[in-house]
Amino acid sequence: MNPKELGTYAKNTWCPGCGNFSILNSMRTVLTELDNEGVPLEKVVLVSGIGCHAKIVDYLNVNSFYSIHGRTLPVATSIKLANPDLEVICFSGDGDSLAEGLDHLIFAAKRNIDLTFILHNNRVYGLTTGQYTPTSPKGFKGKSTPMGTLELPMNPPELMLASGATYIARGYTHGIDLLKRLFKEAILHRGFSFVDVLQVCVSYFNMYETYNKWVYELKDNNSSSYEEAHKIIKSWNYNDSELPIPLGKFYEVDAPRFDQEFPGYDIKSMDRDVMIGEILDNFI
Amino acid sequence: MDSFSTLIGGIAGDGINEAGVTVGRLFSHLGYRIHMYYDYPSLIRGGHNFSIVRASNKKIGAYKDMMDVIIALNQDTIEKHKHRLKEDSFVIYDSDRIRIDGQKTKSCGLPISQILKDEDAPPIMRNSCIIGGLCRVAGIRWQILEMVMKKHIPKQIELNLRVAQRGYESAVESFKIDKLDYPIYPILTGNQAIGLGLIKAGIKAYIAYPMTPSSSLLDFMARNASNFGLSVVHPENEIAVMLMAQGFAYAGQKAAVGTSGGGFCLMTEGLSMAGMAELPVVILMGQRTGPSTGLPTYTAQGDLHFVLNAGQGEFPRFVVSPGDAEEAYYWAGMALNMAWKYQIPAIILADKSVCEGLYSFCPKDADELQEETPAFWNGNGKYNRYMYSETGVSPLAFPPTKGQVVKVDSYAHDEYGITTEDPKITSSMNDKRFAKERAMTSYLENFETVKIYGSGKIALLTWGSNKGACIEVAKKFGLTVIHVLVLSPFPAKKLIEALKSIERVIDVECNSTGQLARLAACHDVKINEKILKYDGRPFSIEDLDVKLSEVIA
Repeated sequence: MNPKELGTYAKNTWCPGCGNFSILNSMRTVLTELDNEGVPLEKVVLVSGIGCHAKIVDYLNVNSFYSIHGRTLPVATSIKLANPDLEVICFSGDGDSLAEGLDHLIFAAKRNIDLTFILHNNRVYGLTTGQYTPTSPKGFKGKSTPMGTLELPMNPPELMLASGATYIARGYTHGIDLLKRLFKEAILHRGFSFVDVLQVCVSYFNMYETYNKWVYELKDNNSSSYEEAHKIIKSWNYNDSELPIPLGKFYEVDAPRFDQEFPGYDIKSMDRDVMIGEILDNFI
Repeated sequence: MDSFSTLIGGIAGDGINEAGVTVGRLFSHLGYRIHMYYDYPSLIRGGHNFSIVRASNKKIGAYKDMMDVIIALNQDTIEKHKHRLKEDSFVIYDSDRIRIDGQKTKSCGLPISQILKDEDAPPIMRNSCIIGGLCRVAGIRWQILEMVMKKHIPKQIELNLRVAQRGYESAVESFKIDKLDYPIYPILTGNQAIGLGLIKAGIKAYIAYPMTPSSSLLDFMARNASNFGLSVVHPENEIAVMLMAQGFAYAGQKAAVGTSGGGFCLMTEGLSMAGMAELPVVILMGQRTGPSTGLPTYTAQGDLHFVLNAGQGEFPRFVVSPGDAEEAYYWAGMALNMAWKYQIPAIILADKSVCEGLYSFCPKDADELQEETPAFWNGNGKYNRYMYSETGVSPLAFPPTKGQVVKVDSYAHDEYGITTEDPKITSSMNDKRFAKERAMTSYLENFETVKIYGSGKIALLTWGSNKGACIEVAKKFGLTVIHVLVLSPFPAKKLIEALKSIERVIDVECNSTGQLARLAACHDVKINEKILKYDGRPFSIEDLDVKLSEVIA
């Protein structure tokens, strides 16, 4: 298979230069590679929320569930529980999963359920034309905060580390080779994989220059160490624009998974009527 | 004697619900049909809990205010329920704790504290002791109690039996409950019946966040998960619950959820998605007294229009409101079948009375329920999840389907499942969804979606848990009862047919505005009077009798 076959007839409506194109192209390549390496495409299910990020499911000719704002993870969780053989990949925005659906994100990490979660972190609401999000820097002047926001941004990888995610990484839409590598690792990792993608929004929060100046790729870090991962994650707080921004895999460990421990009762020769009769007898 | 009523009261933590169930089982073993109403405040220890167990030789679904026996585990029970005593009522009480001076009724005091002390038994066994006393007083053979206790008490059965026997021996036989020559039926709550109906119709997953009065269905499903291969999930909130159900449906597993009004509020965005994405889901919506937190452990029928209209946009839905355990069983299964047949949300609109009320369950009274097979894709050509069809139903396929892509979408979408803003597709997809409603409406003509009981020129129009009280009281007054079971799509044709020879319609509901009356009025049904109750308690027989006498007079 070739990545081009993964396209659909849907007209792409992202702004020219949008960081989402890199995520789409990386994912196309990775899914093609995986298909050639024995993870057949029909076993892949893509789940999205609502926002610019979510259009990606219309642009990939792969099984998909185009869900509602903030609700990517409950849908993905139950698809995985219903059929653990499926490879479930979530796409979500920073407003989507850090504001509207934060509870689901923390719980998915807490369960360490075997899902891949890609955060299209553009740090601004795009489709609603430019409001601050949970990862916008303090003082961000958006349409709802013309005088600048009064709150500090969240650090999503830090939140994920504390919540129990077992694969945490950060990529940047201006570095497609790294993105591809991280996406593939995240998909192949068994457990909750979280990839924070610094995605540039050319229309409302263009961070190309800042990111280009400050990002660097981690080398030889010990990703099995919680303390080291924590230190790397804390080295940039999404607020200061004059600090180096680490990219790469921060953390990866093995831990018990919800989907693995979830009792999948495989009752093949069940006589339902006999069992119902027994239950009714017990109510006498 | 048309029926025999027993009240058992104590504090929360005394096991009053379980004690009531035990009393119900005793009567059940004597051949009676049972109804139990359980009244409890929203707390864990203390307060005042009571169960009213009514036994009859006929099918019943309501309680009476006046008691034949009051079993008191504390003084409160006597003080709060004195007005329920008749001249020939009997009081059984803990004589170590309770004074009943000044009560003229016949009574029997048992030295329960002393017995528990002698036997070194924990306080929870007070109810075993007093039920032992009840058996002796009412001439119920010891062997029946022994059998019931052995079957249903999992812990310390020997000690429980000893304590019960001491209670039995301390009492004196004062009257005799006749044994009837009827079969012994299982007694179960509406929620348990709903669980069995869903299981019978092939449920694979149950997802819920605890909320009274739906929580006991979550308990039931979790306990039976291994027996029936169910996935039972209790996630972070009702928003997740509703979305998870649809993930299960997307992957091909039949799922249901349960909640009450507050949780249902959180589910509405997901409900609307189920409408747009055409994903089947069953929702048990157990009403309680609102608005807001209201009376969490009491009943109401205040959410009919909420449920009929919940969720943004227009989409078809199936709504059914069962009136007793047999209907709960049958229509819960039917709701699952309807959800999958038409790929829509199906709501079981129950209330605390049905959810937590106890009924004798007669399998013969329930209609035959089968698991239906939904429309599956035949595998020819390219799969289109939202393919147009005459009935609006698109055949189902689930991932993984080799060589095919299954796309569902909460946006307006085309047949393949790709987002669109095209005006033609937008309206034709809307028409497709409403074609399903038309197909469902005509399919439902084969079912008793409106039930008629009795005959008479005056009719009581009602729904849900009022069924039992209405049927019983209507009989006395020679009235017809019209019980509307399916509320969406509204069975207007059947209702109008049922009203053909009716001259006067009296609407009976547990809400303050007459929500069914309002719905019926949309279909040109004229309501003459309304009897409305909204104090959190269901209609008792006397309640309805008095109110009906006033209206008819």
